[in-house]
Amino acid sequence: MLEHIDETPVAGNGLLDRRMFLRGAGAIGLVSAAGSAAAETLMVPAWTKTPGAWLQGYGQPSRFEGNVARGPFPADLYGGIGPGSTRAPLQNLEGMITPNGLHFERSHNGIPDINPDQHRLLIHGLVKRPLTFTVEALSRYPMTSRIAFIECAGNSGALYGPKAAEGTAQSLHGLVSCAEWTGVPLAMLLEEAGVDPAAKWFIAEGADAASMDRSVPLAKGLDDAMIALYQNGERIRPSNGYPMRLLLPGYQGNMNVKWLRRIKLVREPAMTRDETSKYSLLLKQGHVAQFNFPMDAKSVITKPSPGLTMTGPGIYEISGIAWSGNGKVAKVEVSADGGKSWALAALSDPVLSKALTRFRIPWRWDGGPAILQSRATDDSGYVQPTREQQIGVRGSLAQYHCNLITSWGVSAAGEVKHVYA
Amino acid sequence: MFTRSAGFIVALLVSGAAVAAESPQRGQPITAAEAAAWDLTIAPDGVGLPKGRGTVKRGEQVFAEKCVSCHGEKGEGKPADKLVGGQGTLGGDQAPVKTVGSYWPYATTLFDYIRRAMPLTEPQSLSAEEVYSVSAYVLYLNGIITDKAVLDAKSLPRVKMPNRDNFHIVYPAKIQ
Ligand code: HEC
Repeated sequence: MLEHIDETPVAGNGLLDRRMFLRGAGAIGLVSAAGSAAAETLMVPAWTKTPGAWLQGYGQPSRFEGNVARGPFPADLYGGIGPGSTRAPLQNLEGMITPNGLHFERSHNGIPDINPDQHRLLIHGLVKRPLTFTVEALSRYPMTSRIAFIECAGNSGALYGPKAAEGTAQSLHGLVSCAEWTGVPLAMLLEEAGVDPAAKWFIAEGADAASMDRSVPLAKGLDDAMIALYQNGERIRPSNGYPMRLLLPGYQGNMNVKWLRRIKLVREPAMTRDETSKYSLLLKQGHVAQFNFPMDAKSVITKPSPGLTMTGPGIYEISGIAWSGNGKVAKVEVSADGGKSWALAALSDPVLSKALTRFRIPWRWDGGPAILQSRATDDSGYVQPTREQQIGVRGSLAQYHCNLITSWGVSAAGEVKHVYA
Repeated sequence: MFTRSAGFIVALLVSGAAVAAESPQRGQPITAAEAAAWDLTIAPDGVGLPKGRGTVKRGEQVFAEKCVSCHGEKGEGKPADKLVGGQGTLGGDQAPVKTVGSYWPYATTLFDYIRRAMPLTEPQSLSAEEVYSVSAYVLYLNGIITDKAVLDAKSLPRVKMPNRDNFHIVYPAKIQ
């Protein structure tokens, strides 16, 4: 069964064949690394000799995982209210799904405490029959489920900066998360209301204290938009829009309006504050790109990444996430020599359109300095750009939609840091 | 039962129109007039702007009472967003200062946003007159209108914002 896969590097600085772990040949490397550890006496631990805790109504993570949390928190300028965000701890997560309590959050004036019995979704404007829906009414509709990432347009924005910002996968890239969303296709509700052919856009508005609103092309609303009620099988968490949010797979996070209470069909965009003052891209010569919706292909290595120190030379698995708002991830390449040479990473199933995709590749670290990078290509053929390419086209003031290749520098001491290569 | 669910799957695949045939139709009809109670949307052509009017002078008072604590004297900012200045800083090499005056493409957005979201501690508490007035004051501080200007549903959409022509709609394409 064991096809021989040689441990000769497939790219510079020790990157090994992506199939090595899968087919077992890596055992050699792993054994030799583990063999050096001193043997310890196996004791029967206390928890094996005393009965464990009683049952729990709602499960919580182990108390030893208390450091795995969202953050960092913004400065509290207004006495515990106001706009803010926290980021998902990407370096501590595996697979493609973000647990609900760790899904990144972003709000513009706090998280409303919505009583679902009193919440209404209004659909009006250019429709034949304006309608309201209760949560209970929506629960009667046939539902669909899909796994989709949501990424804030401001994610990774620090990488436009002139110097490599200090930070972790979480603090630099943690405004992305991925969940299974279940709800009612928006198309079905629009059909019921009767779309006036003059309608080309709709305004989606939240019931929060910012009444946050965005203009969305009607074509997206009729395509894959969903009124999501469930997140990873349970009702959406308050910080993610309880009792309902708009899901626009692949589009900038801010448009996936949380606490959704109103959809108004209109001819033209409303030019709301969050699509003019914010979430627009300042390009060269003062030009501003407005309504740039899909989050382009991107990837980031989460293991190793800053904060996770290397524990001596030997074989490691490099693991990370890749995604594209335009479709499926077609391939991810990894470099250990700052982009001089590249090796293909393995993609973990399932690989889904507009969802996070886990990639992995074995790496023999020789204990010397290395620069790790990953580069995603999606099924439209789009390739994640280098920093030089992205800034060359856009300038460095765009603030949003930054998807350039991230570099993690590994020092001989095994410390991992964000660097520009 | 089997035929019904099979029909539903086919309907989903065929077209949006077919979907409705199998929809449980649980929407509660509401008149357009009733829906208006929730309608905060103001279009750039002014559709949706309420009756009423506001002056710079009155706006100065509203600002002093309800905005200055977060947006600073004359909208200079701190701790919240700077609302004034920055014109001429967007095209060059210097750090851009994005404000209502330097960056925002539409004056209607100012009314819309203040009415729905400000003041932060008490959103949707201002009267139409207060919103028109404080919008006028912010535009005046930015040198966009004079201290004599009166804003209402007619005059506000006509205010030309200095950065308007730099805004370009990308959709349905996307940028590089
Ligand atoms: C308690 C603090 C506070 C008060 C009082 C307050 N604001 Fe704000 N304001 C904010 C914060 C915070 C933001 C940013 C909100 C965000 O980014 O989501 C903001 C944003 C704004 C913006 C948008 C700025 C931009 O460039 O996008 C405008 C305009 C504004 N406020 C006007 C006002 C006016 C007018 C008043 C008085 C009626 C007011 N604010 C009172 C805190 C305050």
